[in-house]
Amino acid sequence: MSAVIDSGHAHDEHRPDGGIMRWVTTTNHKDIGTLYLWFSFTMLLVGGMLALAIRAELFQPGLQFWHPEFFNQLTTMHGLIMVFGAIMPAFVGFANWQVPLMIGAPDMAFARLNNWSFWMLPVAATLLVGSFFVPGGATAAGWTIYAPLSTQMGPGMDLAIFALHIMGASSIMGSINIITTILNMRAPGMTLLRMPLFVWTWLITAYLLIAVMPVLAGAITMLLTDRHFGTSFFNAAGGGDPVMFQHIFWFFGHPEVYIMILPGFGIISQVIPAFSRKPLFGYSSMVYATASIAVLSFIVWAHHMFTVGMPTAGILFFMYATVLIAVPTGVKVFNWLTTMWRGSMSFETPMLFAVGFIFVFTMGGFTGLILAIMPIDIQLQDTYYVVAHFHYVLVAGSLFSLFAGFYFWVPKWTGRMYDEKLGKWHFWLSMIFFNVTFFPMHFLGLAGMPRRIPDYALQFAGFNEIASIGAFGFGLSQILFLWIALKVTVLGQGEKAGQRPWEGADTLEWTHLPSPAPYHSFDEQPVLG
Amino acid sequence: MRNRMVKATGAALLALSEAAEAAYQWNLPTPVTRVAGEIYNLHLVMMGIILVIFIGVFGVMFYSIYAHRKSVGHKAENFHENIVVEIIWAIIPFLILIGVAWPATKSILNLKDTASSDITVKATGYQWKWGYDYLKGEGEGISFLSNLSTPQDQITGGAPKGEHYLLEVDNPMVVPVGKKVRVLLTSNDVIHAWMVPAFGVKQDAIPGFVRDTWFRAEKEGIYRGQCAELCGKDHGFMPIVVEVVSAAKYAAWVAEQKMKTAAAADDPNKKWNLADLKARGEKVYAANCVACHQANGQGVKGSFPALDGSRLVNGPRGRQMEIVLNGKRGTAMAPFGKQLSDTDVAAVITFTRNNWGNKTGEVIQPGEIRSARK
Repeated sequence: MSAVIDSGHAHDEHRPDGGIMRWVTTTNHKDIGTLYLWFSFTMLLVGGMLALAIRAELFQPGLQFWHPEFFNQLTTMHGLIMVFGAIMPAFVGFANWQVPLMIGAPDMAFARLNNWSFWMLPVAATLLVGSFFVPGGATAAGWTIYAPLSTQMGPGMDLAIFALHIMGASSIMGSINIITTILNMRAPGMTLLRMPLFVWTWLITAYLLIAVMPVLAGAITMLLTDRHFGTSFFNAAGGGDPVMFQHIFWFFGHPEVYIMILPGFGIISQVIPAFSRKPLFGYSSMVYATASIAVLSFIVWAHHMFTVGMPTAGILFFMYATVLIAVPTGVKVFNWLTTMWRGSMSFETPMLFAVGFIFVFTMGGFTGLILAIMPIDIQLQDTYYVVAHFHYVLVAGSLFSLFAGFYFWVPKWTGRMYDEKLGKWHFWLSMIFFNVTFFPMHFLGLAGMPRRIPDYALQFAGFNEIASIGAFGFGLSQILFLWIALKVTVLGQGEKAGQRPWEGADTLEWTHLPSPAPYHSFDEQPVLG
Repeated sequence: MRNRMVKATGAALLALSEAAEAAYQWNLPTPVTRVAGEIYNLHLVMMGIILVIFIGVFGVMFYSIYAHRKSVGHKAENFHENIVVEIIWAIIPFLILIGVAWPATKSILNLKDTASSDITVKATGYQWKWGYDYLKGEGEGISFLSNLSTPQDQITGGAPKGEHYLLEVDNPMVVPVGKKVRVLLTSNDVIHAWMVPAFGVKQDAIPGFVRDTWFRAEKEGIYRGQCAELCGKDHGFMPIVVEVVSAAKYAAWVAEQKMKTAAAADDPNKKWNLADLKARGEKVYAANCVACHQANGQGVKGSFPALDGSRLVNGPRGRQMEIVLNGKRGTAMAPFGKQLSDTDVAAVITFTRNNWGNKTGEVIQPGEIRSARK
């Protein structure tokens, strides 16, 4: 092993033992970041396969492949795995890698806690995916697990509840770690309002996580006792209320959707200035906009429930609060555009994904505005329009921002450049197939096709066929990404990257650290002037 | 002026959508109520606003991408703050939002106004069918269940699919044209949602609670919708069909329904023989039980128990009667006592105890069910 202690300060080459134990016992933020990213990509592929199973069934009207109850398991598990297994851990992986590097800290504040918060995830994922194999199969109540449908489910539901508990605990520990690191370990001179925007968005996201994960835990614990201990939280016959579950769930759920997009905003806010070779326009208004979005996210939850039959005053409040979100979100989009304006732009893969993000995310924002108008939502609620909307913000939003971040930072992580040609192919294939898949769903929703149905009436056949073709194209395009990622990381192929391969990038990891960033970086904190 | 333009564009788009092939229906259905019409126009206005913003924002973005590239030699400027501009582009969207919130608010006040209806119908969601009870107005007392009528072999691909595949029922809800119909929604098991897009109506049906909505159909015709809230296995197979008819036709339908109800009323004290009761039970089984327990009585392994050879079905009759009447908590087994008559419950139990491999030879009389209900 290379653990030769020849000098007390030669920490840079001080790597831990090789083999599996390195990964099990590691407390290094870079190792843990890598673990998070590979874990989330694995879950992305699992969730993606479920999505393709769904789209195969929906290719044509009639039941071809699955029984209806198994189809419901597919949609449910696709949602749970993508939200809790793929998107959330991927952003935590970026936080692990980038937050210490961008604030000039040697590691995360709580290194062992960091190890634990990762290693809980494979346990939770095993419970979740394993629930397919228990009697009755996985939960089929939708990712929103509305009571009382979820009280009807078999033991698969209990496994999912435990998995969510564990993932929630992991998220809370990760958030505590991120907040403590950001607030206490910044390099001297880096005041809060000089932090890179990615760090800001994660600080705000971490507070959101701490606020809402316990709410989810409460809701699913009540569900668990309703299921097994005869309580009646959500059972009207015992004095409970099924709609209360939805209120509690969406009090968690709406901040949750911003948890999945705010760090993406952060990544885009690093990439756009770097490739425009121009500082981010309106830095402080970006910070305030992010904070306002986070605050607003707590008072809009019931717009997911416009059809439960709320009093008029409640509907008006939640509608007005919801449309308000368009203001800070608009500010962000305008700021990105103005950053590009009169810059000196080049379009390597990270920038392609960032510009693609702005384009498709804004379309998701537009449909969000349509859905916020309650009378229109009456027509569109629980139809494919909603499916189109949230895939525009979650796939083209969150996932594209993750891709942008990967291509942007992987030279710093590995010391090598990814394959630019393949990267561009990955972007264009993803962009085109994404729209082929999800754009027709707007039409399906307007025409009144409900979501979560295994079979549909004949007037929906045409667009479903197009969407299914697009879905398989999109899925296969991600295999290309797997190859690109393997090549530059595991196989170590690609041109050697300089310390600062992107001339417009100016945060600490580019200005102060070589590529690849050494295993232990910033043993001595940099001082900002 | 704006309203007229909206209407004109609306009409043009409608014509276009009707001309488009049926397999590619792409827009909101033609509205037949005032509420649906308001929603249709509101959507058009929103799309107009969005289109303008879209062209503005992405026009700027793509111009910038075209003109401010490094490869064409554009040098980056260094500006990064302008308070005035930032305040302006926060205020403009705010004003636009106030502009759209106003018509939306008016529309909400209208669609929430369920007062002074001509007819009140209660729609109950069951796993997986709808039940309709006419509570007030002409037709009061009519009550029936509405099941999917698409044959199973069309779904599994054994037969070509009909024109209204999955959107057809045995007993549609019938209402008179031009009358305000208030619909009370509730559910027997889990949450369902009653949706008829042409009416601009979607309302969740929540077990243990009653919610309401309303519509006044302005055109005769048959309007179709589906359950819009995931409610388990056959969520995709419980359509809603509403027939809007003239006042005269409605009166005739009401009379016919009343006759049917009277004719179908069973003598509760009749003593049935095995063959008759089993034949009737087979029909009840096909309408209520077959979705889960399957035609062959084998159920679905892991999800829905088999009845063929079941210990419960072959054991003491009291336990089976209790489960059919009251359901089983924590499972999809619904309390059928609320939906079915004594005779139907007796028939279906008799059928299951004497079909497939089950040979108890027992005949359960309606009177036993009546006393089991207590």
